[in-house]
Amino acid sequence: MKAPPFRYARPRTLDAALELLAEGGDARLLAGGQSLVPALNMRLLEPTLLIDINGLDELNGISESRGGIRIGALTRQAALGASDIVAGRAPLLTTAVPFIAHEAIRNRGTFGGSLVQADPAAELPACVVALDAQLEIAGPRGRRRVAARDFFKGVYETALAHDEILVAAEIPAQRGATLFLELARRQGDYAIAGLAGWAALQQGRIAEARLVFFGTDIRAVEAKTASAALPTSLEAAIAALDRDLTPVADFNASAAMKRHLAGALLRRACAAAMARAA
Amino acid sequence: MRETVAIRLTVNGTTVERDVQPRLNLVDFLRDELGLTGTHWSCEHGACGACTVRVDGEIVRGCLIFAVQLDGATVETIEGLTESGALAELQAAFHARNAVQCGFCTAGMLLTADALLRRDPDPRRETIRAALSANYCRCTGYHAIVDAVAEAARERAKRP
Repeated sequence: MKAPPFRYARPRTLDAALELLAEGGDARLLAGGQSLVPALNMRLLEPTLLIDINGLDELNGISESRGGIRIGALTRQAALGASDIVAGRAPLLTTAVPFIAHEAIRNRGTFGGSLVQADPAAELPACVVALDAQLEIAGPRGRRRVAARDFFKGVYETALAHDEILVAAEIPAQRGATLFLELARRQGDYAIAGLAGWAALQQGRIAEARLVFFGTDIRAVEAKTASAALPTSLEAAIAALDRDLTPVADFNASAAMKRHLAGALLRRACAAAMARAA
Repeated sequence: MRETVAIRLTVNGTTVERDVQPRLNLVDFLRDELGLTGTHWSCEHGACGACTVRVDGEIVRGCLIFAVQLDGATVETIEGLTESGALAELQAAFHARNAVQCGFCTAGMLLTADALLRRDPDPRRETIRAALSANYCRCTGYHAIVDAVAEAARERAKRP
């Protein structure tokens, strides 16, 4: 199907975009459009106004920042995956990007768009939670920052208000070896279950870890008990996923299947990280 | 809501100017406004890849971008890339390997395969399969297409 009619605006500044949003009505921001436009074409959404923010250069780009990195919300997923700065300081993101859909989608799809969309099976929300990112948000009341772990609320639900725009993420340098795996029926499909995280290795053992699962629950979920248990025992960490996860069945797998896959992913990701370190 | 917006862009090397409704996607713009029917539409939600075209040198889903967004952009389609010879090895290999049955997916397949070969001139077979997972073919079962892309990679390596 085709998108319904809408008015189109292409503001030149962030302030102008915020003013358009503040006018009310059913306005939507158009960034990469790789989730929004399918929703329009399927008539799941019929906004009266699309605010095209692709001209806002102040939202675009990757830079080094206080030992970490700053990633503009409008940065294309392809640029994220190709960035040497990202590969050096947050390699979890570099590992995750090729799993996002396909090249033609990543060329348009944006980093911030994926976060704001908050699909429970998407890779980037889980990565920013695992990396302790701070998300910078602009709105009519000024700027505010929200920790990534407080940003994702549920299926397509975030802490972003309707009159706010995600500007950038500030991400501290990754503190350990990358843990990333996902299971999907085909390359590029949404994950049935996925794991994004890191493990700090000392003398060949895991000293500290952060485990975030996606595709299992209604949002990217930090497995705190399992993360704490992992330095002591992999089996204990896998068992602890019962406390951390509340898997939800979908058309791919039952809740019990997702719970099983989460444990299998953790086992495989740890083995892979150990093998790379050896 | 029916207002139009003036855009000016380059399509296959030619500057075109049109007034478009914002809701008009790039595939319909190419097909209905410019008569470039080599780009196909099918699923219209970004899943099938039949509408793959190049915008500013990179492949995109034509059904997921509106023409109104492309003021000042450079668009290349199967027609322009055929004329320039950019896809010649791929097209010859698809023909030789019978990687085309009904042909509906072929333009998109060629653009996706070309993007892969520009990024990775000597791809492993699994890499080819992963790249082509972006494009649906419901006839061939993909084996002949994978063979053709591998052969085109070898032919491109002979380019001076």
